[in-house]
Amino acid sequence: MAYAAGVDVGSTQTKAVIIAESGGIVGRALRPTGANVVHAAEEAFHEALTSCDLREEEVEFVVGTGYGRYKVTFGNTQVTEISCHGRGAVHMFPATRTVIDMGGQDTKAIRVAANGEIIDFCMNDKCAAGTGRFLGAASSALDIPLDELGPTALRGERPVKISTTCTVFAESEVLSWLGKGKKIEDILLGVHQSIAARSVGLLRRVGVEDQVTFTGGVARNLAMIAALNDRLALTVNVSEESHYMGALGAALFALDRIAASRTPADAPRRAAV
Amino acid sequence: MRYTAGIDVGSTYTKAVIVDDDRRVVGRGVDPTGFKLAEVSERVLQRALDEAGLVRSRLDYVIATGFGRHQVAGSDTQVTDLTASARGTTFLFPRTRTILDVGGQTMKASRIDGRAAVKSFRLNDKCAAGTGAFLEKTARYLGYSVEEIGPLVSTSKTAVAISGVCAVFAESEVINQLSEGTPPADIMHGAIVSLVNRSVQLLKRVQMESEFTLIGGIMRFDKMVAVVRDQLRQPVNIPAGDLVQLTSALGAALLGLQRMEKLSARVEA
Repeated sequence: MAYAAGVDVGSTQTKAVIIAESGGIVGRALRPTGANVVHAAEEAFHEALTSCDLREEEVEFVVGTGYGRYKVTFGNTQVTEISCHGRGAVHMFPATRTVIDMGGQDTKAIRVAANGEIIDFCMNDKCAAGTGRFLGAASSALDIPLDELGPTALRGERPVKISTTCTVFAESEVLSWLGKGKKIEDILLGVHQSIAARSVGLLRRVGVEDQVTFTGGVARNLAMIAALNDRLALTVNVSEESHYMGALGAALFALDRIAASRTPADAPRRAAV
Repeated sequence: MRYTAGIDVGSTYTKAVIVDDDRRVVGRGVDPTGFKLAEVSERVLQRALDEAGLVRSRLDYVIATGFGRHQVAGSDTQVTDLTASARGTTFLFPRTRTILDVGGQTMKASRIDGRAAVKSFRLNDKCAAGTGAFLEKTARYLGYSVEEIGPLVSTSKTAVAISGVCAVFAESEVINQLSEGTPPADIMHGAIVSLVNRSVQLLKRVQMESEFTLIGGIMRFDKMVAVVRDQLRQPVNIPAGDLVQLTSALGAALLGLQRMEKLSARVEA
């Protein structure tokens, strides 16, 4: 039995996934990235190994991805997170043609072909507006844990209109709505809608084609799923493993390499951006 | 003796200035703006009245300015912050042609003529990267308060490169720099350089010409002024002491005096 691993070092969290030859996930781990990126990658990988009772030697190939992919010092190679999210999303939902990945500090819109290859992508690389950080700002301004933002927003009925673009200013806008006596659930519903609006703007730049798969840490947030569905007028795919989609894609690329090393002549080749 | 007041409700601080008809500043007040704009404007005006030893009824004219000017109760009229800052800087430095005003959440560049009329202006009000909030965030990531920024950067000799495209992304840059052992002073210095780079872009877009006058709360930091001077390769005017933060409120008070004089001239005629 061969095992492959993917380690996704994101701006906020580091994810590791171990898969079997079938492509099924056998082990996973998630931890904050923090300041010591090399350490975070190692720890996540070891925690994933422990979760499925494997030893390091049993994993034949490791692919690093995410902004810190070059800090995955034990990795055999690196693949960009754009390729990995596309690959992971198509693996989970084969009819995926568009991926929206919402992470702690960036949001990416990716258009993929049926084989998981990247056709086009677009990301916010200059500004934190419309990313998970916007939720982080709301969370600290209102003193509500991140996990409770979605459920609270779902109770909202009359969303406020968030007018600021910048995440830093959004924090004061949230407080000023509170000062004007608006309900927390209505403010949070407005925050979710504002992030969804920006993300859909990004999606439209690469072209929205059904089906749309929503990946990244924010995909666990039910209010964000609802806001995206509303805005796009369709139902986005969300996997239980949405958080691990980049790491899963990386592990699938690692599996390709293992297969290629065994039967070099007829191994399937996948393009990686 | 006639007295007029200017109240400047800014994004971060609210300021009030009272002048007499000899155009002398007789009272001033400053307080963080917060979210209750009517209350804070009342409070800073009272502080200015106390300093001047006056009661509210002695004020002949009150002009409000700044983003919260419409929430000021009991003002006779409102003017935009650009008009107020143009009047204030022209009073202090009559040859001013270009003004750079950096506040807590805004950055404004304007070009004016010899009569304090605004000819051209550009604002940065959508993104914190070009405003005082960028320095505040950087300081916070470094573990310093806003008031410690001045003493901190004064010890720096070289600035590290901070990209400055986003106040949120600056956090990872700061963490990376700290983990590489860069002194906090040099990181803060780098943040100031990157903020000044953005303001020079804004100045170019209004077709800047000398003389330059720098105003706004962020210009309290000497390093900020020094870096602007370096990058423009030009001398710059700075209002003395706390006037740097009060220039727009002063401008509003002076505009009030002008209105009064016009009104009484009309009555006499």
